[in-house]
Amino acid sequence: MAKVIVITSGKGGVGKTTTSASFSSGLALRGNKTVVIDFDVGLRNLDLIMGCERRVVYDIINVINGEVSLKQALIKDKNCDNLFILPASQTRDKDALNLEGVERILEELKQSFDFIVCDSPAGIESGAFMAMYFADEALVVTNPEVSSVRDSDRILGILAAKSKRAVEGLEPVREHLLVTRYDPKRVNAGEMLSVTDIQEILRIPLLGVIPESESVLKASNSGTPAIHLDKSDVADAYRDVVSRFMGEDLPMRFIAEKAGFFKRLLGGN
Amino acid sequence: MSMIAGLIDYLRGTEKKTAVVAKERLQIILAHERAGRGTATPDYLPALQEELMAVIAKYIHVDRDSFKVQLEKHDQYDVLELNITLPDKVNSRR
Repeated sequence: MAKVIVITSGKGGVGKTTTSASFSSGLALRGNKTVVIDFDVGLRNLDLIMGCERRVVYDIINVINGEVSLKQALIKDKNCDNLFILPASQTRDKDALNLEGVERILEELKQSFDFIVCDSPAGIESGAFMAMYFADEALVVTNPEVSSVRDSDRILGILAAKSKRAVEGLEPVREHLLVTRYDPKRVNAGEMLSVTDIQEILRIPLLGVIPESESVLKASNSGTPAIHLDKSDVADAYRDVVSRFMGEDLPMRFIAEKAGFFKRLLGGN
Repeated sequence: MSMIAGLIDYLRGTEKKTAVVAKERLQIILAHERAGRGTATPDYLPALQEELMAVIAKYIHVDRDSFKVQLEKHDQYDVLELNITLPDKVNSRR
C-alpha cells in the first residue's frame, strides 16, 4: 500500500524543500518507487532544488484542471531511476488547488508508487492544508529556535485535529520530528535548544538530526539534493533519516560536537 | 536585574543560558496555546448542560447557579465534569 508523507513545519525557511528533495531521493535510492509533489503553488522551488527547473512543462494545476494527464506532468529525476517530480504551478495561486483534485491525483499515484512525498508550503493556509490533509505520516521539520518550535507545535495540533485521518476518526497521522540546522557547539555553549529540549517540548519521536552545514547551500546552488553530496555530514544525516524511516534502528549522529584537530591527533573523541 | 548583580552573575558564570530561557518560555506559551486549541469548548456543551439540568430538575430541586458542566483537557484523555451543589435539604420526589 502506497504511503503519503507530508514534509511540513509551519515556519518558512527551516528546510522543508531541502528535506523533501533529499528524503524522496533517499527513498528512491533504496529502490522504492517515489514521487515528490510541490504544493507551494505560486512559489515553486522544489524544481530548482532538484535541478529540473528547465524541464518543467506542465504542473499540478494543469493535472487538477484536466488539461493534461498525470503522466505528462511527471518529470523523471536526473539522479534516481525510481524518482519523479510533480511541480507546482508558478503562475497560479493556492486557490487553484482543491481537495477533490488533490485526492484524485493521490489516488492515481498510489496505483504506481510506493511513496508519495508532499512538500508543504510554509504557513497554515490552504496550500499547507492540502499538502497535509491526506497524509499517513508527517515529517515535522524544526529548527532549534523558539519560533520554529512554536510553529511546529501548531502544525502538530492541526494534524491531530484537521487531517483526513483525524476527521474520519482513523488511526492518527504518524508524526516524526526532524531537527535541522543543528549546531552541537552552540548547544553545548547553552546558546541553542538541544534535541532533547525540542523533543521534550513537542513530544513526538525523533527521526533524525541534520547538522548546520555549508554543503546545503552548495547543493541548492547546483540543483543536486544534498543527499547526493560526497563526504558530507548532511548527506550522511539524510541517509540515516531514510534508513530509520524504513525501520532500521540507528544511533543518532551529529548531535555531539566534532572533535578538534588536536583532540583527534591525541586520539580523543 | 541591576547592572552590578548582572556583572556578579557574569563573573560567577551563573548567568542563565539563553537556551534555558528559550525552553522555559516555550513551555509556558505552548501550555497556554494547547489549552486554548480547537475543541476547548465543543459546540454541544451548552445544549448538553441544558438537557442534563432538565433531567436532574425532575428529581431534585437545584438552582441554575449551582449547576456547572465543563470539559477539562488532559494529555491522554478529556474529563467531562458535572458539578451540582445540592440544597441543604434534598427534595426528592420519592
